[in-house]
Amino acid sequence: MAIWAGKDTRLLVQGLTGREGSFHALACREYGTAVVAGVTPGKGGTTHEGIPVFDTVAGAVEKTGANASMIFVTPPFAADAIVEAAAAGVDLVVCITEGIPVNDMLRARAFLESRARSGRPARLIGPNCPGIITPGECKIGIMPGRIHRPGSVGVISRSGTLTYEAVFQLTNLGLGQSTCVGIGGDPLPGTSFIDCLKAFRDDDSTGAVILIGEIGGMAEEEAACWIAGNLRDKPVVAFIAGQTAPPGRRMGHAGAIISGGRGTAADKVRALEAAGATVVKSPADLGKAMKERLS
Amino acid sequence: MKVHEYQAKALLQKYGVAVPRGEVTDNPGDAREIARRLGGRCVVKAQIHAGGRGKGGGVKLARDADEAYELARRIIGMTLVTHQTGPQGKLVQKVLIEEALDIDRELYLGLTLDRAIARPVLMVSRSGGMEIEEVAAKDPSAILREPVDPALGLFPFQARKIAFALGLSGDSYCKALVFLPAFFRAYVETDASLAEINPLRVTKGGDVVALDAKMTFDDNALFRHPEIREMRDLTEEDPLEVEASKFGLNYIKLDGNVGCMVNGAGLAMATMDIIQLAGGRPANFLDVGGGASEEQVKNAFRIILSDRNVRGVLINIFGGIMRCDVIAKGVVAAVVEMGLEIPVVVRLEGTNVELARKILIESGLRITPAEDLADAATKVCRAVA
Repeated sequence: MAIWAGKDTRLLVQGLTGREGSFHALACREYGTAVVAGVTPGKGGTTHEGIPVFDTVAGAVEKTGANASMIFVTPPFAADAIVEAAAAGVDLVVCITEGIPVNDMLRARAFLESRARSGRPARLIGPNCPGIITPGECKIGIMPGRIHRPGSVGVISRSGTLTYEAVFQLTNLGLGQSTCVGIGGDPLPGTSFIDCLKAFRDDDSTGAVILIGEIGGMAEEEAACWIAGNLRDKPVVAFIAGQTAPPGRRMGHAGAIISGGRGTAADKVRALEAAGATVVKSPADLGKAMKERLS
Repeated sequence: MKVHEYQAKALLQKYGVAVPRGEVTDNPGDAREIARRLGGRCVVKAQIHAGGRGKGGGVKLARDADEAYELARRIIGMTLVTHQTGPQGKLVQKVLIEEALDIDRELYLGLTLDRAIARPVLMVSRSGGMEIEEVAAKDPSAILREPVDPALGLFPFQARKIAFALGLSGDSYCKALVFLPAFFRAYVETDASLAEINPLRVTKGGDVVALDAKMTFDDNALFRHPEIREMRDLTEEDPLEVEASKFGLNYIKLDGNVGCMVNGAGLAMATMDIIQLAGGRPANFLDVGGGASEEQVKNAFRIILSDRNVRGVLINIFGGIMRCDVIAKGVVAAVVEMGLEIPVVVRLEGTNVELARKILIESGLRITPAEDLADAATKVCRAVA
């Protein structure tokens, strides 16, 4: 089973014909993902690396039955690409693009909320994220497929390469993953930690969860509250990046900033520990700690 | 991106937000002329990117134009130390000369994104002049928070609600109903990430005026605001950070002695953390990004080495998209150009890792390979100890 992405996923790629889009679409296909369409306005009717290209997402969905989208559109146009995918009825929208203006995302979010209220929800993962992978079944994103292996640990993270680090440790210790979700480093992620935790709770193939947070915002604290009340039977191992980060400085990710004394690593660690999670001090101990929790 | 008070006020004024009359200058002679035009009595305000300027001696009242000259002469060129500048302070290059307004009351007005509800939120309090965090800590109920739908804008009823909550009446009430929507529109249309008026001055005559103004902008939206991008003051930023930004590198200088070069923001933060756990102190945050070129890596390494505090370097790359051989070539190129007198520990994982190791070994440089993240941190900290 696993969550959101799997054998039934039919992926279209917005920005397929660009350099990044093309490179990663092919890597996803090589991994085993069914990449059924590309969308590049003005290039409809052509094919790219054997993948049919359409002018609009609606056109691609109609002709190919695509049910998921991966977005590599440049930042000024990426929020519009998200909205276009949702409007065309795509269930899962994974936006890799980094650097989308917050105001654009506010509008896109408002649109997604109105779709959800009218009973036609689309799940947005990202933006500014590595994507989602269900090892052995489906990869939607830019993560290196080879470090993953199928198994029962769910992984959720705000960071890309730090997720690879965690997955690599798990795999080396013989612990496979059910699904790994990179929710992204922006202040307004489409999918939250709690969304992922709920899905992992309801997923029989997931037995434990790794949660990788970072400074800034209150998402980890909210996740901790939820874990305390709802996730007692699946162990959670967590790490918070940015213990040494000074306040008021944005640490690369738009969302990673301690402001007004809120969103510090110490607060997040405390909240997660209170919820029963094992919080490791060193990112090198994520795999080991999970192994201990599962033994 | 941050701007100066005078720049924020100029932007706000364009949207109809009331600000005091005033002009900015970098020389005392002009300050006297400006003060004369304002009628003599005026306020001389140091323009730096930091709060707490008043307490630090950077904001002074002048009774006449000659005193404005004298104050400007003293303030321009001074190094102003406030609780936000750090002990080294900031050099004042410009002063804003403004009319001195009488005072009835001082309020607080702030506007920023609330991530939890994905809405901008207006925050107001009757305690103007105090830091909002202090007010929030002492008495959270003293702050009114009003979420606003960014697409629909601030409704008149919301402006009335805020004005009543602030205890405004008569002229000041009417003025606030003009001020608040203009302020909100300025925030949204400039793609600001923070706008703060502290204090918001209510005069005896019932005027509502932004006595101070602080605005920061969404870096990701600057492409559609060339006029705001022009306002960037590079002298307010760390020279190494400015240099790094030229090459599209994300670099933040810290005060430790272990330089770090990492791909990915989260892993970069985690690397800083593990260095500290191993007993060292990170000299910087540096994310070379997911698809850095050899040239970028070379410049990144050069910038790390030009920080005089750096006694050792840790390179930690988990190549997802990033090819390890590109990193290795960039590092070698930088060392060949600059020379290398300090230890470098390299941990590489991912695409083309074998080729990368070969490049580093064959370069003959003093580079220590590391097995994994923990090993790398231990080795670099031992090397600088």
